[in-house]
Amino acid sequence: MKVDNSLPLEYSTEENNLKILGFWIFIGAEIMLFATLFTAYFTLENRIGNGPSGAEIFEITPVLIETILLLTSSFTIGLGIHAMRLNKKKATMGFFIITLILGAAFLGVEIYEFTHYVHVGAGLQTSAFTAALLTTLGTHGLHVTLGLFWGLFILIQIKKRGLTPETANKSFIFSLYWHFLDIIWIFIFSFIYLKGMM
Amino acid sequence: MDFFDRFAVPHPSFLIYASMVGIGLTMLAIVVGITYFKKWGYLWREWITTVDHKRIGIMYLLTALLMLFRGGVDGIMMRYQLSMPENTFLDSQHYNEVFTTHGIVMILFMAMPFIIFFFNFLVPLQIGARDVAFPRLNALSFWLFFMGMGLFNLSFIIGGSPDAGWTSYFPLAGNEFSTSVGTNYYMIAIQIAGIGTLMTGINFITTILKMRAPGMTLMKMPMFTWSAFIANVIIVFAFPVLTVLLAMGTMDRLFGTNFFTTDNGGMDMLWANLFWVWGHPEVYILILPAFGLYSEIIPTFARRNLYGYKSMVASMVVISVLSFVVWAHHFFTMGQGPFANSIFSITTMAIAIPTGVKIFNWLFTLWKGKIEFTTPMLYSVLFIPLFTLGGVTGVMLAMSAADYQYHNTMFLVAHFHNVIIPGVVYAMLAGMTFYWPKIFGFMLNERLGKWTAWLLTIGFVLAFIPMYITGLDGQARRMYTYSESTGFSLLNMVSFGGAAIMAIAFVLLVYNIYYSIRYSPRDIGNDPWDARSLEWSTHTPIPEYNFAITPQVASTQAFWDSKKNGHELFKGEIEKIHMPNNSGLPFIMSCMFFVFGFAMVFSIWPVVIVSLIGILACLVYRSFEQDHGRYISVEEIKETETRLRGAKK
Repeated sequence: MKVDNSLPLEYSTEENNLKILGFWIFIGAEIMLFATLFTAYFTLENRIGNGPSGAEIFEITPVLIETILLLTSSFTIGLGIHAMRLNKKKATMGFFIITLILGAAFLGVEIYEFTHYVHVGAGLQTSAFTAALLTTLGTHGLHVTLGLFWGLFILIQIKKRGLTPETANKSFIFSLYWHFLDIIWIFIFSFIYLKGMM
Repeated sequence: MDFFDRFAVPHPSFLIYASMVGIGLTMLAIVVGITYFKKWGYLWREWITTVDHKRIGIMYLLTALLMLFRGGVDGIMMRYQLSMPENTFLDSQHYNEVFTTHGIVMILFMAMPFIIFFFNFLVPLQIGARDVAFPRLNALSFWLFFMGMGLFNLSFIIGGSPDAGWTSYFPLAGNEFSTSVGTNYYMIAIQIAGIGTLMTGINFITTILKMRAPGMTLMKMPMFTWSAFIANVIIVFAFPVLTVLLAMGTMDRLFGTNFFTTDNGGMDMLWANLFWVWGHPEVYILILPAFGLYSEIIPTFARRNLYGYKSMVASMVVISVLSFVVWAHHFFTMGQGPFANSIFSITTMAIAIPTGVKIFNWLFTLWKGKIEFTTPMLYSVLFIPLFTLGGVTGVMLAMSAADYQYHNTMFLVAHFHNVIIPGVVYAMLAGMTFYWPKIFGFMLNERLGKWTAWLLTIGFVLAFIPMYITGLDGQARRMYTYSESTGFSLLNMVSFGGAAIMAIAFVLLVYNIYYSIRYSPRDIGNDPWDARSLEWSTHTPIPEYNFAITPQVASTQAFWDSKKNGHELFKGEIEKIHMPNNSGLPFIMSCMFFVFGFAMVFSIWPVVIVSLIGILACLVYRSFEQDHGRYISVEEIKETETRLRGAKK
């Protein structure tokens, strides 16, 4: 394995370069995936059948908490990558742990939110609107859940193996993924919740 | 009782029972054969765990050929059913299942693996790379595709095939009107295969962008690589739509959601729209690599440069963009109003312009060339007029007002077969014949090959041209019978005759393969066609590492330059080569996907959960695994090169 030391660790080998580009293309596919979900949501938004509408079920408090948690976690993973570039293993791990805790807290609030929806009669089967809403939110939530496990495994690998070109590459790609989920959440926050509450 | 009932074929007939027995016996014969010849270890080491793009490619090819025959049998059954009025060979339900599986098998499980075979086999060789960017992901792509294919074909003997058409429009595909598990198979098998295809897309874009030989700028890539690049970009942008669409369809069928239902706010047209947002780009995913193959074959046998390289690239880019803005032309009659229809009419007709550019470029390549009529060239020359005819009827269909006459008639069936058979199928057969010597080390028999091409063409014309006429006269598609008074019977009988001739052509193809394996000479060298691009510059059989020394490129046809203009292709010394290790993980993980898919189809939740845990366990294992590949030493490379002769010092 040829290591080019003039580049940041995560870009230092040929394989690493390929993986980062490949992941950007994967994010392109993910954008299409969420774009399709949003399209379906906007199409079905007002088709509420006998169920409640968005304005009736959305609550601003849990949504704001979720937004703050996820945005902060995006910031801390950025700090984590910064620490990784300075070759500070402990700091990197620390920021990873904070990110994962924030992510888990986000997920907790989202689970609460889902049970609330089911409670007020907006379950998956209620109407086209609820199906599209819960599928879009659920897809994002599933991404966060998978990300939590993925991040945890990378954390363990950093602890065991240190900051090598391989672990640095994985961490960097994980940070791309995490920022991407954050951007999707901003769209969900603006175009599903705020638009729905207006 | 209820539980086991669902596994029975809901609509059995003698044919299905016979096929069950046939499939069972064939499987048994394969297992016994492999055990008898003690080939299980070989199969596992050399094929199932392989990450070599060439071997993965060959497995795609075998799957595609197998599915070509499965889909072909479906096709000829339909033609036989319609050859006589009031025929009772198939009843309506059976006919529905046959046309549904014919469409899906031919497009997703025959044409797709065929083009992915060419991606796999050719792209790394054409750009002078050792493998694709992510070899293991490539193996996973294949096995996911393979398991999706297997699951889909299982529908036919366990639980019943999908019967709502390959488009599976709701509400017809909903639980109310499609009561068997057939449409569940559709949703889940295509999902699994589709994930594999999406990964292929990511893999090949990365490969083409990052792994080209030194000197090969984007505008010096061989035309097939360009077409593969653009097709893969379309894959990455179109397949996620299918993923979401199938997930929503699955939820409607299994979890009682209301995306596409007719009450509680559901919208059935959402399915039709999203389906074609994926479906229309999908046909360009198929045709662009076909164009790419013609662009390799025609210059080789016209002995001239490809005319208009830049316009070829530009036209493909334009086609790829337009392919995403034409989807509503599939349902002009379904109520979106004249304004929207006009827009989609115009965008659709606009596609004829870049396609026309390509046709003229091929004609200008032929102009004043020293044309040599080999089998691949024969297919290419037959392709041009036949495909143009299909293109012209496509523009007819694009006129939204006139479409009210053609919609859902045999005219449409004639049109898309007219573009897909001379477009895609001819390209696949031409490409297969063209690259056969590079893959297997011997050529297919030319005489038999030309017979196949001519028979196929005669059969094609007889089978599909009459459909234009009956379609304009009002024969609806997807109708399992018609009455004598319609007057369709003569032309339908001609059509059946054509289909039978096509079947003979495909049997001849198989005979050709058999004949050539036995009698074809093996000393054909590395470049039997006197071709132009890099894939012909390496040895036959191709060593595992493709090129001992990375080639240097200075033009669009580096190999031709090295033969005729003294361009030095292989400069420098042999160095040790890094190669990826084999891995059984992609296969094991795909098997879990198969179990997961099967359990989902029949809603066996405990198995769904267990198999999901299995899939996740594979991902966890992969995350922690440390695999840095291996090196092939210089001595080993030199030995291989000497053995294959023509070694570079």
